[in-house]
Amino acid sequence: MAEKLFGKAMKRVEDPRFITGTGNYTDDMTLPGMVHAAMVRSPYAHARIKKIDVSKARSHPGVLAVITGQEMKDAGINSIPTGWLHPGIKTPPHYAITFDKARHVGDIVAAVIAETRQIAEDAAQLVEVDYEPLPAVSLGSDALKPGAPAVHDDIPDNICFTWSIGDKEAVDKAFASAYKTVKLNLRNNRLVPNAMEPRASLAQYHKASDEYTLWTTSQNPHIHRLLIAAFIMGIPEHKLRVIAPDVGGGFGSKIYQYPEEIIVLYAAKKLGRPVKWTARRSESFVTDSHGRDHETVAEMAVDQNGKITAVRVNTIANLGAYLTTFAPAVPTYLYGCLLAGTYTTPHIYCHVTAPFTHTTPVDAYRGAGRPEATYLLERLVDVMAHELGMDPVEFRRKNLIPPDAFPYQTPVALQYDSGNYEANLDKALELVGYKQLRQQQEEWRKQGRYMGIGVVTYIEACGLAPSALVGSLGAQAGQWESALVRVMPTGKVEVFTGTHSHGQGHETAFAQVVADELQIPVEDVVLVHGDTGRMPYGWGSYGSRSAPTGLSAIVLATRKIIDKSKKIAAHLLEAAPEDIVHEDGKFMVKGVPDKAKTFFEIALQAHLAHNYPADLEPGLEATHFYDPKNFVYPFGTHIAVVEVDPETGKVRLLRYLSVDDCGPVINPLIAEGQVHGGIAQGLGQALLEEAVYDKEGQILSGNFLEYTLPRADDMVQIEHDHTVTPCPHNPLGVKGIGEAGTIASTAAIANAVMDALRPFGIVHLDMPYTPEKIWRAIQHSRPAQAAD
Amino acid sequence: MYTAPFSYKKASNLSEALSLLQQNPEAKLLAGGHSLIPAMKLRLAAPPLLIDISKVAELRGIRREGDTLVIGAMTTYRELETSDLLKELCPIIPQAVSLIGDPMVRTKGTIGGSLAHADPAADLPASMLALEARIKIQGPSGSRVVEAEQFFTGMFSTALGEGEILTEVHIPVRPGARMAYAKFPHPASRYAVVGVAVVLDGNSVRAAVTGAGEHAMRLTKLEQALSGQALSAESITAACQGLLPADNLNHDLAASKEYRAHLVDVMAKRALLQAAGL
Repeated sequence: MAEKLFGKAMKRVEDPRFITGTGNYTDDMTLPGMVHAAMVRSPYAHARIKKIDVSKARSHPGVLAVITGQEMKDAGINSIPTGWLHPGIKTPPHYAITFDKARHVGDIVAAVIAETRQIAEDAAQLVEVDYEPLPAVSLGSDALKPGAPAVHDDIPDNICFTWSIGDKEAVDKAFASAYKTVKLNLRNNRLVPNAMEPRASLAQYHKASDEYTLWTTSQNPHIHRLLIAAFIMGIPEHKLRVIAPDVGGGFGSKIYQYPEEIIVLYAAKKLGRPVKWTARRSESFVTDSHGRDHETVAEMAVDQNGKITAVRVNTIANLGAYLTTFAPAVPTYLYGCLLAGTYTTPHIYCHVTAPFTHTTPVDAYRGAGRPEATYLLERLVDVMAHELGMDPVEFRRKNLIPPDAFPYQTPVALQYDSGNYEANLDKALELVGYKQLRQQQEEWRKQGRYMGIGVVTYIEACGLAPSALVGSLGAQAGQWESALVRVMPTGKVEVFTGTHSHGQGHETAFAQVVADELQIPVEDVVLVHGDTGRMPYGWGSYGSRSAPTGLSAIVLATRKIIDKSKKIAAHLLEAAPEDIVHEDGKFMVKGVPDKAKTFFEIALQAHLAHNYPADLEPGLEATHFYDPKNFVYPFGTHIAVVEVDPETGKVRLLRYLSVDDCGPVINPLIAEGQVHGGIAQGLGQALLEEAVYDKEGQILSGNFLEYTLPRADDMVQIEHDHTVTPCPHNPLGVKGIGEAGTIASTAAIANAVMDALRPFGIVHLDMPYTPEKIWRAIQHSRPAQAAD
Repeated sequence: MYTAPFSYKKASNLSEALSLLQQNPEAKLLAGGHSLIPAMKLRLAAPPLLIDISKVAELRGIRREGDTLVIGAMTTYRELETSDLLKELCPIIPQAVSLIGDPMVRTKGTIGGSLAHADPAADLPASMLALEARIKIQGPSGSRVVEAEQFFTGMFSTALGEGEILTEVHIPVRPGARMAYAKFPHPASRYAVVGVAVVLDGNSVRAAVTGAGEHAMRLTKLEQALSGQALSAESITAACQGLLPADNLNHDLAASKEYRAHLVDVMAKRALLQAAGL
């Protein structure tokens, strides 16, 4: 029997090329005759464009074209649509190049195409734009104030949509009769995604066939093709091929349809030459859709027994200047529906107001709504536990959904399919030595050292599905996934998936599973993704959907191959198909190991069809379209231990332990890597990162001198373990793991920092917990403490 | 790649560099390039000519000349960090340098480039002042030596005149002196939000701060309070209170004036405790 690869920590087959610089990223590509684009971007958050004089730029040697928004509009290029609609939502136009007003710093007002990048950048400085600066608004709540400057003229109140979920009346009643309530005003800080590879696009127009090819940094090339073809440019869908080659990180920011892709496609046809654009890092800061940015009032009510009776949330979710592809889904279904968390809260109500502001658009960023929900819920839990004089772990334990309650219907639409939360919590507590940590904390406090312990019991809902449900909620897309498994005459296997790997290691993990299923060497399997010209239709990778949805499609397609192989084997071995078993890498007659055919022999015969069943099609390939029955619901416990230096306010992470449950783990190395990266990203939000805007809509932290990403020395050696609760409704029982780290760690670190500051009487601070913020809070707390 | 167009010339010796500079007053000297090149990429600087002096041999190296340590301006951070001579006679420099940037930056960056750039948040100026270093400057009509304290004249501005090149740093050898640098790094840039250097030499205390104001400055109040005193944790803590008024200090997203003033006290205390071995 071949070694089972499912569960094996195989090294990633992708890594040699990534590590040695031999990957093939969009910016690596050079085509004959290729020219370069540079964007002219608004330095103002809000300004009327009175006049654009391109003459100097146009006459600069080496410049081939200067493209304005008016030109593209006149050429029939439409606005970029959003991919999710709510009842009553306002969808103002979002043109690739704006022509009337600039609505955020970085909004494109012209594009220069030139022989070299250098010339294009130089000439971009020569485009003279006559701006009339207008008052701007950057904070969501400011945008809602009467008289606030309107981002879009026909939406004077700036409200894109309002949304709510839950039974408000029941919640209000529960609060009215509560034993205790707590209330927090929270700001969930705005983040810049900062993928390692900046966005890039390269477009080619093939005149002979009237076809286009677009290479672009995308998590979902089919979505780009659909949006560009059907809505924006009117290119027949079969005349546009979108390729996402190696992509260096996305975290959501490469889901969306961006203006630059439209501009290079338009310019490529206009000039008859391939056109490439790659973002400078400073462009990434102001144009890659940002994440988070909520202002929230969150409340929790409990009864006398310490059972949570209700949660009430009112959020202002800043959308930025335009609606990007999934923006409306993030602060709504991916947020409000998660507010039950792992708890039995019977009544939940969430209301969201989503305004436009003069800032970079906000959309999904790793976790997308779920970190925001987890953060507020887990903060409420800790504050309430303190209010009740209970250990936060014991308060959680009292409220966890018990293992026999699944499937569990939450009051906010989701039905959790499976879970075993308390066992997971106990494992984490034991591994971390929770009791000893609390003792150590006591001892340190006596010495004037401030240790904090933050515990989070999180849930996430990922792999959005089924399609009919997400469609009913407003998605303008399906959420099934496709797979094509193609066996070659030599028995080598190509697996085509509609998901996309931009750091997740699909080429390794998915090949492990296929090799197991077919009982062939993993080296004989190659994963093909990221090319609309090669794959069947698919919806890409985001929301931790690739394993639960994409891999399920692959497995089911692979099983069709096995079924067909059995029929071929039966014919060759002169047996009945039902007597053929697939064992030890062979198709054999049950109980007669000598009568067997290898996978290679079957693959060859499927292609030769010389000695073949009369009623069977030749060839050996299978396609499967898989639409899951439900979301999948990974969960786990994260525990952070920090120390706060009361003199400087600096927070140091001392330990971090996570016990995650993503069902059966395909490749522990990859799963752990996903958790590690997610934890670092979550730490970034808690301690370091914030896109800071001033009142005029200028970003003050728009570069790496000011915007702090986590680094190795901010982290500790992460302690990681897992429990296994399979998903009951997909073929492998797998659940997503790509976002779990981010969803849990921000809240865990926040709770740890606030726990450390408890002796100062500090109940809540907003992230990021910068040293000065903590120092100031301690300064302010001291008089109060002295008064005690 | 996205800088404004510029020309590049590599000087093979000091006199060539001086004459190139004289012929091209708009030119910039290129040392390690870790401040200048990023500024050019952002088009905050657009010199028409870069004169590369990083490989000029006479500007490199660390040697002792009598009671003075002489450090060539183009000596890299890495050379400073690993110098046995400095570790023995002036350990604050290797210590401070080890906190600059990352290994790549330290391999390229130079002491002269940093001092001449005069970034208010650079690490080395604090040590230069606390060590009472002297800066040797070569101009078209000869050389001169300036006290470190007079060298830094403002944010990104120094006593260097037109056509002049910083050539050497001279540091008095102080046998038995104890010294330390305490830094509160900016979380993103890792420059000094506040960095305090102290040199304890016999009964005298010399201390200077970088990052706090427009340029590095001596902490005279602290020096006066502690010079001639027996140093103890108590005396140090008592002296490190309100060392600088907040009003004139720098402020940015990482630290307000008030917080910076507080950090000056804390970093001064930590540097003193470390230098005094307390």
